[in-house]
Amino acid sequence: MSTDVESKVDESPLDSDAELGDEYLTFSLADEEYGIDILRVQELRGWEMVTRIPNSPEFVKGVLNLRGAIVPIIDLRERFNLSVSDYTETTVVIVLSVNDGPDDNERTMGVVVDSISDVVHAKMSEIQATPKFGSSLDTEYISGLADADGKMLMLLNVDAMLSISGMLG
Amino acid sequence: MSIDMEQFHQVFFEESFEGLDIMETGLLNLDNGEADDEEINTIFRAAHSIKGGSGTFGFQSIADFTHIMETLLDEVRDGIRELTHDGINVLLKSVDCLRMMMTAESDGGDIDDSEVKTNFDALQNILGSSDSPSDNSTAEVADTTSDVPSAWKISFSPHKNFMQFGNDPARIIKELATMGQLTGHVDTKNVPDFVDLNPENMFLSWDMELKGNVTKEQIDDVFSWVEDESDISITALSKNKEKTQNTAKKSQDTKIKAAASQAPVKSAAADKKEKSAPANSSIRVGINKIDDLINMVGELVITQSMLSMLGEDFNMTRLEKLQEGLIQLDRHTRELQESVMQIRMVPISFTFSRFPRMVRDLSEKLDKKIQLVMHGENTELDKTVIEKIGDPLVHLVRNSIDHGIEMPEDRIAAGKPETGTIQLNAFHRGGNIVIEITDDGKGIDKDVIYNKGVEKGLVEAGSKLSDQQIYDLLFNPGFSTATEITDVSGRGVGMDVVKKNIMSLGGAIETHSVKGQGSIFSIRLPLTLAILDGQSVTVGADNYIIPLVSIVESVQPKKEQLNMVAGKGETYKLRDEYLPILRICDLFNIPDAKADKLEDGLLVVVEADGKHFGVFVDDLLGQQQVVIKSLESNYKRIEGISGATILGDGSVALILDVPGLIRMSD
Repeated sequence: MSTDVESKVDESPLDSDAELGDEYLTFSLADEEYGIDILRVQELRGWEMVTRIPNSPEFVKGVLNLRGAIVPIIDLRERFNLSVSDYTETTVVIVLSVNDGPDDNERTMGVVVDSISDVVHAKMSEIQATPKFGSSLDTEYISGLADADGKMLMLLNVDAMLSISGMLG
Repeated sequence: MSIDMEQFHQVFFEESFEGLDIMETGLLNLDNGEADDEEINTIFRAAHSIKGGSGTFGFQSIADFTHIMETLLDEVRDGIRELTHDGINVLLKSVDCLRMMMTAESDGGDIDDSEVKTNFDALQNILGSSDSPSDNSTAEVADTTSDVPSAWKISFSPHKNFMQFGNDPARIIKELATMGQLTGHVDTKNVPDFVDLNPENMFLSWDMELKGNVTKEQIDDVFSWVEDESDISITALSKNKEKTQNTAKKSQDTKIKAAASQAPVKSAAADKKEKSAPANSSIRVGINKIDDLINMVGELVITQSMLSMLGEDFNMTRLEKLQEGLIQLDRHTRELQESVMQIRMVPISFTFSRFPRMVRDLSEKLDKKIQLVMHGENTELDKTVIEKIGDPLVHLVRNSIDHGIEMPEDRIAAGKPETGTIQLNAFHRGGNIVIEITDDGKGIDKDVIYNKGVEKGLVEAGSKLSDQQIYDLLFNPGFSTATEITDVSGRGVGMDVVKKNIMSLGGAIETHSVKGQGSIFSIRLPLTLAILDGQSVTVGADNYIIPLVSIVESVQPKKEQLNMVAGKGETYKLRDEYLPILRICDLFNIPDAKADKLEDGLLVVVEADGKHFGVFVDDLLGQQQVVIKSLESNYKRIEGISGATILGDGSVALILDVPGLIRMSD
């Protein structure tokens, strides 16, 4: 009995985090809502012209000078084969850190999204596994589904979504 | 106040590893019979510094081990002993052993005690086997113990500024007290009145008596850090006159030795003070290079102040002066940058120096006779390149020894000199450094490689390959033609790694071979990885940089100079040569290129692999120096692009890889 009480006391300082769950940055992409683990987000920038990279897939828009580092910019609409739209004033580049490859190389990459929405909390218990749609839909980048004020939120697996070998074959 | 000795360890290890290299080189020279007395002295000094340093820093096992090496070297130096081939072998092994111990100490690993013991015994053996009466290592110990008087009289009077150097007499006295029974009295007659007392000055002196089984050397050690800042006299309190004399003589000896060993330690400490934070990897820079830099910065400051004066009160009449100043500024910045780059440049001898030893060991192991000839050891390369090129070179040299050079009897049968030659050559060509590994061995049998390639499924049977293509098969993973696998080489790992490493440095490797006469592996490396002179060009909306070193000239093509080969391949007639034309817009699929007709754009004539090509672009912009940034660190390698750079306006421009473009067009 007494041990039970103790363990509860021990856990209590953690409860604010544990109860609210991990934080996700949410953004919209062609009327869909997506979420990214906020710890992966390095910064948000407005869209600016990039330098094209020859012989690269369409969704690789080019590279950008991010304080001296050359950072590739990926258009997520095109990456997910959604309808392409022009960039507007709300178009945002989310700079992310990606662990890629067998050596866990840390890469910095930017993704272009329509607009930033919010920061939400999602507990592990609230996250639903991604349903399978058979071969008609590739869901390997979606780590789970969560609910944000009645709207479905797709939580993205940043590493799978932006792995060089996965993207460029 | 105690000094944190840890902070000096890095410098000690660096110096010691350098010392080991010096010893190794010296020993190899001795073995080749090229040595004079100075060589032995050099080896001795290196050993001595290591011993002194390791003793000071508390690496007792290293100090003990070096001590016995030093003893042996000392005898050789004094001419008591002749160094035989076997002796040198033992010493070389001991150097390896020391290196192992040192690595273990610096990385916190374990020392392989059995190996230390083996080498220690081998050294003892040599020392013991001699007829000469002085079995020094043990004799010395025995001597000193018998010479040790029962008591020492020590008078220690620190100079006034003693404590300003961070010394603390209490620490010294405490240490003495640990060695035996210490009695003494302090002399306070110099202490001024309280009002005149400067607490940072030293006014005390001591007369002490130390009883116990202590050698003079041990006492000297205690004082070794402070002997410049104090008057010290150490005399033996002994009744036996003869013995005292003996000791005195001996102590004089040790004094000289101690002085010699202190010198490097002190300079190491001085070095370290300048570098406040020990870096993971450091570089030794010649003082002249630093002086150049300081001069350059001085010039820069003068130019800067001139310009700011000009700016304070500027009108158009002074425009010319402003332009002049800007030109000066440009020149100084460029010079400064070149000097900074110079600092990163290290002579390739850093890499080459490991080969004499390797060739010697391997040829002995394989019973082959091989001499190594090295040229251009002073050719300078970027430090990063030097670090990365070491392993590939080792592989190639090993291969030449193992597969290239034949056994002596085979060589004689083939009418070649019994001793094979391996040449290492380093030199500049164009914007590149070329390193050649040449052997006069049996050469590469193209048929064997071809058949092996077919066997491994790398080549389709019956297909025709050029010599270079056949040689390139060697660099495929898992490709080995050695009929028997030795532990030297022949497992087929390595050559592919060699190629990969060289490619990752932006270099290339070429193979030439004549069966029966030998092979040449020639490695081409960029001079530096960080900065290049570039010509900025535009194609469509994009800017590209072409490295200036590969540009021959730029021309505006005229219609009559343009021809088509078989209706497709475009060529340009430059004087007497027909150059194939590479259109960047086609290779890179750039849709918005402005110039479609060749006459509307410009041709940049480039050279790669000894051939000329015309690169077709829309327009030329300026020439500028660019800092090379990697595309791979956040993205991946792109064919035809060697990297990226950031332009003055903050935008990114891609740098063209000229040899890569030519490969793309094939």
